[in-house]
Amino acid sequence: MTALHETRETGEPDTVSAVSAAATDAARDNLAALESEAIHIFREVAGEFDRPVILFSGGKDSTLLLHLAIKAFWPAPVPFPLLHVDTGHNFDEVISFRDRMAERHGLRLIVAHVQDWIDDGRLTERPDGTRNPLQTQPLLDTIAEHRFDAVFGGGRRDEERARAKERIFSLRNAFGQWEPRRQRPELWNLYNGRHRPGEHVRVFPLSNWTESDVWNYIARERVELPSIYYAHQRKVYRRDGMWLTEGPWGGPREGEEVKELTVRYRTVGDGSCTGAVESTASTVEEVIAEVQASRLTERGATRADDRLSEAAMEDRKREGYF
Amino acid sequence: MSSLLRLATAGSVDDGKSTLVGRLLYDTKSVLADQLDAVQRASVDRGLSTPDLSLLVDGLRSEREQGITIDVAYRYFATPRRSFVLADTPGHVQYTRNTVTGASTAQLAVLLVDARKGVVEQTRRHAAVLALLGVPRLVLAVNKVDLINYDEAAFTVIAKEFATHAASLGYAEGSVLTIPVSALHGDNVATRSENTPWYGGPTLLEHLEQVPVAPDPHDAPFRFPVQYVIRPRTADYPDYRGYAGQIAAGTVRPGDEVVVLPQGLRTRVTRVDTADGPRDEAGAGSSVTVLLADDLDIARGDLIASATDRPEVTDEFTATLCWLSSSSLRPGARVLVKHGARTVQALVEELGSRFDEQTLSTVDSPESLELNEIGGVRIRLSEELPVDEYSHSPRTGAFLVIDPKNGDTLAAGLVGERLSAVGAG
Repeated sequence: MTALHETRETGEPDTVSAVSAAATDAARDNLAALESEAIHIFREVAGEFDRPVILFSGGKDSTLLLHLAIKAFWPAPVPFPLLHVDTGHNFDEVISFRDRMAERHGLRLIVAHVQDWIDDGRLTERPDGTRNPLQTQPLLDTIAEHRFDAVFGGGRRDEERARAKERIFSLRNAFGQWEPRRQRPELWNLYNGRHRPGEHVRVFPLSNWTESDVWNYIARERVELPSIYYAHQRKVYRRDGMWLTEGPWGGPREGEEVKELTVRYRTVGDGSCTGAVESTASTVEEVIAEVQASRLTERGATRADDRLSEAAMEDRKREGYF
Repeated sequence: MSSLLRLATAGSVDDGKSTLVGRLLYDTKSVLADQLDAVQRASVDRGLSTPDLSLLVDGLRSEREQGITIDVAYRYFATPRRSFVLADTPGHVQYTRNTVTGASTAQLAVLLVDARKGVVEQTRRHAAVLALLGVPRLVLAVNKVDLINYDEAAFTVIAKEFATHAASLGYAEGSVLTIPVSALHGDNVATRSENTPWYGGPTLLEHLEQVPVAPDPHDAPFRFPVQYVIRPRTADYPDYRGYAGQIAAGTVRPGDEVVVLPQGLRTRVTRVDTADGPRDEAGAGSSVTVLLADDLDIARGDLIASATDRPEVTDEFTATLCWLSSSSLRPGARVLVKHGARTVQALVEELGSRFDEQTLSTVDSPESLELNEIGGVRIRLSEELPVDEYSHSPRTGAFLVIDPKNGDTLAAGLVGERLSAVGAG
């Protein structure tokens, strides 16, 4: 690891080395810069807020978030609990991975079950069975209940157009809503975390990472991920141009043919609207090669919830989605 | 050479900035099929015959409806040599607020002009703001050269005029480059144009890939704002006490003599730690944990600095403010100042000057400072802070002005009198 940083600190890399070596060094430097930025953000929040929490689903971005939090406070433990809003439609492999990670790092895991909100009538199941939009209310209720004042999310600006204008410290009003016109200018690396009682701040340490950066860093740091990010055999059916998996979220319907394919997931969310992609990439290196060759964004390829309208993400963010 | 380049764009309305950014994304294959499909669908819906690449970058619903860009948007593209974080700053609405935001982290800025119009007033203003914020390098992209029939003479006039203006702002010849481009057709953006055989310089993308970034941090004195004290008190690390932060300037090595400010305590660095193990040396931008030889009372907000080249510790200083709020600033205002990892109460004692964008000169003793205006002030603090001149060490010469009532960010602050540096006053 020391050698890794040396190139940057000592200036010019050895000019004798070939183009390929220069490219490798360049990629590492970029990741070192992004890592330092994320660590800085974690430490600012620890210094300025009373009750931060990390949103942790067990997906790759939140796993990376946890990995960076651990590095930010090492050798002390991470000074925040974890929070997951569980739609009840999550993949078993991801839920068990989530629990294992929390236990391994000795962190408290708070789980808000969407089912509880449906059972007592605070939420109503949607006709299409999708529960992703239903996460917002349990999230806001849980933030209020625990009086969390800073909520870390794994959102990246390269994911979607509305997110491209998201701040790293994103102020949410007392209703948990994002108001684009009230967002503060972010200057240098000075973050303004001031908020009024009842308001909170969403914090996005991975703002400047791209999907390629995430995978390259996962490879470099050997970050463990749930198995479904790598190629595996799965029974799937086709809906809305995506391969959905069988499950309690109501599929397949009549006329939807189930096939067994070799697939993997590029994103992991609610099973009713997260599609698998056909892939034989079984290692992190193969996944990187596949991501670089892909002609679709990860959300475009696999998330039905973002296809609802041209401004789907903007609307959900305004409501308090993360 | 770092492989991450942070850049900002600035331009006037209709210079084709969104198209240029769209073109950079498209030509570096950073736009994928589904994004392009969405743009094509939206273009057809709007009755356009060709895909409008600017739709790739106009993110918010209100922006798309109004056909304007309101807010700074961040874009990402990469080549095998370098990764780029691009702050795309709108040209017309609140341009100072947005340009200041984008420029605060930029190592290079791309200014856009329409080849038919050349350098206009807003180009000069943008350049002045970029110079004020100390953006090290400028590129002038002379766009729409196809509409002047790729005329070398017209291009040369624009390039010379801009070079003169940039020089008056303190930019050395080697730090400014003018490139003839057509964002619409792609000339000299990522591929060399056959239409400009008279142009011998690099394409925009080549330049972005090759340009040296910021001055060597080895030349700058060490500055380290303490963000957080790491004290595990675990069985494995019962006595560990480390000061965590991101190096603002310079480098640090075990054995370095340092001073802790504002207390003024001298000590020595014993270890530069990371989760990946100790480092022999760490430089600006690195997040590390510093361990010291003496058991001192150090907390978040303190600054560890080079013992031989230390910042001034003061409770009063001259500063330049870029006012970013719709509420106006008047002398006597009580505010909060966030500097490094410390926030203190402050009083704006005196409003000495205001930058006049029309004449690029200063007005003395204005009554107030309004949204998007830049002014010179005198600030008194409730407690002492270790501050550098912005020109000497930007990251420890920068601060935020915050409204104590609602927490809003009111201004970007730069320690020192900066207005004369941009040719004003």
